Amino acid sequence: METATLEPTITKKGFKSEEYFINMGPQHPATHGVLRLLLTIDGEVIKKVEPDLGYIHRSIEKMCESNSYQQIVHLTDRLDYLSSHINNEAVCLCVENALELEVPERVKVIRTILGELTRIASHTLWWGVLGMDVGALTSYFYGFRDREMINDIFEETCGARLTMNYNIPGGLMEDIHPNFVKRVKEFIPHFRSKLPEYDRLLTGNIIFQKRTKGVGVLTKEDAINFGASGPVARASGHSCDVRKYHPYSALDKVNFTEILDTAGDSFARYRVRIAEMWESLDIIEQLIDNIPDGDHKVATNAVIKLPKGDFYQKVETARGEFGVYIISTGTKNPYRVKFRSPGLSNLSLLNHIAVGGKIGDLVATMATIDIVVPDIDR
Amino acid sequence: MGYFSNIYHGIGTLLTGMRVTGKYFLNARKGAITQQYPDNRDTLKMFERFRGEVVMPHDENNEHSCTGCQKCELACPNGSIEIIWDRVIDPETGKKKKAIDQHIYHFGMCTQCGLCVDACPSDAIKWAQNFENSVYDRTQLTRILNKPGSKVRAGVEE
Ligand code: SF4
Ligand code: SF4
Repeated sequence: METATLEPTITKKGFKSEEYFINMGPQHPATHGVLRLLLTIDGEVIKKVEPDLGYIHRSIEKMCESNSYQQIVHLTDRLDYLSSHINNEAVCLCVENALELEVPERVKVIRTILGELTRIASHTLWWGVLGMDVGALTSYFYGFRDREMINDIFEETCGARLTMNYNIPGGLMEDIHPNFVKRVKEFIPHFRSKLPEYDRLLTGNIIFQKRTKGVGVLTKEDAINFGASGPVARASGHSCDVRKYHPYSALDKVNFTEILDTAGDSFARYRVRIAEMWESLDIIEQLIDNIPDGDHKVATNAVIKLPKGDFYQKVETARGEFGVYIISTGTKNPYRVKFRSPGLSNLSLLNHIAVGGKIGDLVATMATIDIVVPDIDR
Repeated sequence: MGYFSNIYHGIGTLLTGMRVTGKYFLNARKGAITQQYPDNRDTLKMFERFRGEVVMPHDENNEHSCTGCQKCELACPNGSIEIIWDRVIDPETGKKKKAIDQHIYHFGMCTQCGLCVDACPSDAIKWAQNFENSVYDRTQLTRILNKPGSKVRAGVEE
């Protein structure tokens, strides 16, 4: 890695060239939230990127220590708000494992379907925003159009569009809405017909390809060293899908392939996410006709007390591996809660892959790393 | 690729994308999902489970089914619900019974998590679907859910 020097140098034409600092963010549309990047640049070439966090810190981990186990769930909506359902599921699974509680098959299947819908919703939003970041505004509207159908499904069944809080320890807050199956079945063919449109609009576009191919290259070694997970790591050839290696809920019953790419550049990350949407559609299709009958929850005590010990559960959110670590001393509140968020590790490699590129490349790299700032800054 | 074939290829990919947008441009009415929001207020219907704000339904006799058990207050993660209760003498049995004086709901603090409605054993509170909640002063967001002079419906037990 080149180190930044602040010595002015004289170029061959006799102009003085000097490195300087520039702030990107905290209020910058390309940082996707309140994240400040301190850039050291020489002309337009990036010498160093330092992310500066803390603008949206809410001390959620500390808040968890004074909340009951049912109440913790709704706080995880506010981490990675685009994968809120999967975050909720992680906490619930962790508490259920600790209590050695077996939830009904119906709950498992519904949780998996909703989780994959969340993944598609998150990826469609990412696709739209990526297009906007590299200068194609149309994709933004198309992405939001398809996400709207999923949001309607969520709103009808869970009661909210973003912060669902539909999982509770022991099952689901309510049974699925009678229209749920019908709506999901309408969505699958609709989205299958729209995904090729995404390819025609953006994937093949020459400007988009030139801006993402070979930009922000991450090698497999670095992906492992920096603890990257999710599509970012898989685009570098690092196989790490939690759904494959540690299947939870109904994921052990479905067939799907883990999408891997080897190029490791922004375009590879793009391809992995597009392919993941196809896979998620397959998973939903396998499950939607076979939702078993039964209860939507098992009764738990009104005051949940976990046994003494520490418990860990990881899940695959749209951005990578999300882990919940609970230390319990046997009381009704956790002693300590730690969330392992995918965004923080994925952001940590930004400096490594952005150095040497231009500012425009940094925007494309940031967009394909797909960070959500509240997830990084808990 | 040669210089010119590169250019032709590039223009080709752009035209492919333009075909997609062109299709939607020519069929703008069909498949439009935009809602004309403030104009469609009369016909806009939210989903029945949509969590807008917590309300306490009252029947025509000005009776609700809240017993004052405080389960919602306990379930709330951020103290948005405050129950002020008292023991009153039941005219039938002559025994003292818990009853609410005020069910205070701090809407400005509520995160719409739904735990209180889920916790209520007598379905005394439920979700309303309104979402136009802007006010000029935040004190207007503190609401007393039980209506003045209301009492608990006969037969609802804690
Ligand atoms: S919805 Fe949640 S935050 Fe709001 S009053 Fe009920 S329990 Fe409290
Ligand atoms: S609203 Fe329901 S939970 Fe709350 S005090 Fe009244 S009866 Fe109890």
